[in-house]
Amino acid sequence: MKHILGRKVGMTSVFRADGSAEPVTVIAAGPCQVVDVKTPDRDGYEAVVLGFEDAKFKHTSKPMRGRFERLGVAPKAVLREVRISPGALKVGDTVSVAAFGIGDRVDVTGFSKGKGFAGIIKRWNGSGGGASHGSMIHRQPASNGDTNAAKSVKGSRRPGHLGVERVTVQNLEVIATDAQRNLLLVRGAVPGARHGLVLVRPSVKAKTETALRA
Amino acid sequence: MDLAHLVGEAHKKKKVVEFGPGDTVKVHTRVSEGNKERTQIFEGVVIERKHGGLAETFTVRRIAHGVGVERSFLIHSPRIEKIDVIRRGVVRRAKLYYLQDRVGSKATRIKEKK
Repeated sequence: MKHILGRKVGMTSVFRADGSAEPVTVIAAGPCQVVDVKTPDRDGYEAVVLGFEDAKFKHTSKPMRGRFERLGVAPKAVLREVRISPGALKVGDTVSVAAFGIGDRVDVTGFSKGKGFAGIIKRWNGSGGGASHGSMIHRQPASNGDTNAAKSVKGSRRPGHLGVERVTVQNLEVIATDAQRNLLLVRGAVPGARHGLVLVRPSVKAKTETALRA
Repeated sequence: MDLAHLVGEAHKKKKVVEFGPGDTVKVHTRVSEGNKERTQIFEGVVIERKHGGLAETFTVRRIAHGVGVERSFLIHSPRIEKIDVIRRGVVRRAKLYYLQDRVGSKATRIKEKK
């Protein structure tokens, strides 16, 4: 299964075999453990619950302790459900970066960096007004629509909170994997700050691309 | 050292010839044309070395047919076969950008290190 949880380590660059330098993000991914398998009979849908990073016993709540004990796995700090058909997977199975191959296409989901209360230029890519010549509109929102409307149109672009949002970057190429150190190197940037939790999944787009080519 | 740094370290060249700004070098690069591969040589004066670690680069300047040509290389790039140091120069700064404004062989002269 090519689904894995990890933490963003940071970015660097590496050379490919042909000598070209590629920007890569290093993700410390897994090993994850299958904590639970959801079945249509019991849960109404199919899914696999992945556990990542061991949790201290004292940080595990009593109900969760009971659940982990029943399933026979060590308590995990991070649990995430992925909606896939479990196939041959069963509780206790380990998922590591070994499942990924060089050249695989993946989607990476994480939480973007928080930008706080942001103006229209940063938040909506506004162009801003003139800087001088008596212009008093510098970074203001300017027009937001009809002056006769008597109401604000829904979805109009205003300043507000930006960032800390679930973001998925699609179709990133796996450049290298390091099974010893549990590292996954993907080409390009990945959402979030360093040490941020990310979920790596097989690419949705690459799948359709291969289907189109076939 | 963070993990991202360690990953890059594996791609670093074990040994790089020592050279710095003011030195005249010959850079042998592998160029692939179609499926043939050949070595291209670029000779000139090193005018800068910048950045660190795996991203370290250097820039070589030469006058080709009366036109100044500068080419930057990644020091650790596998495409660089070797770097020959032809001449060691004596310079008093790390970046020789002043050469870009000078014209003529006398104005761009660099003393050789004894």
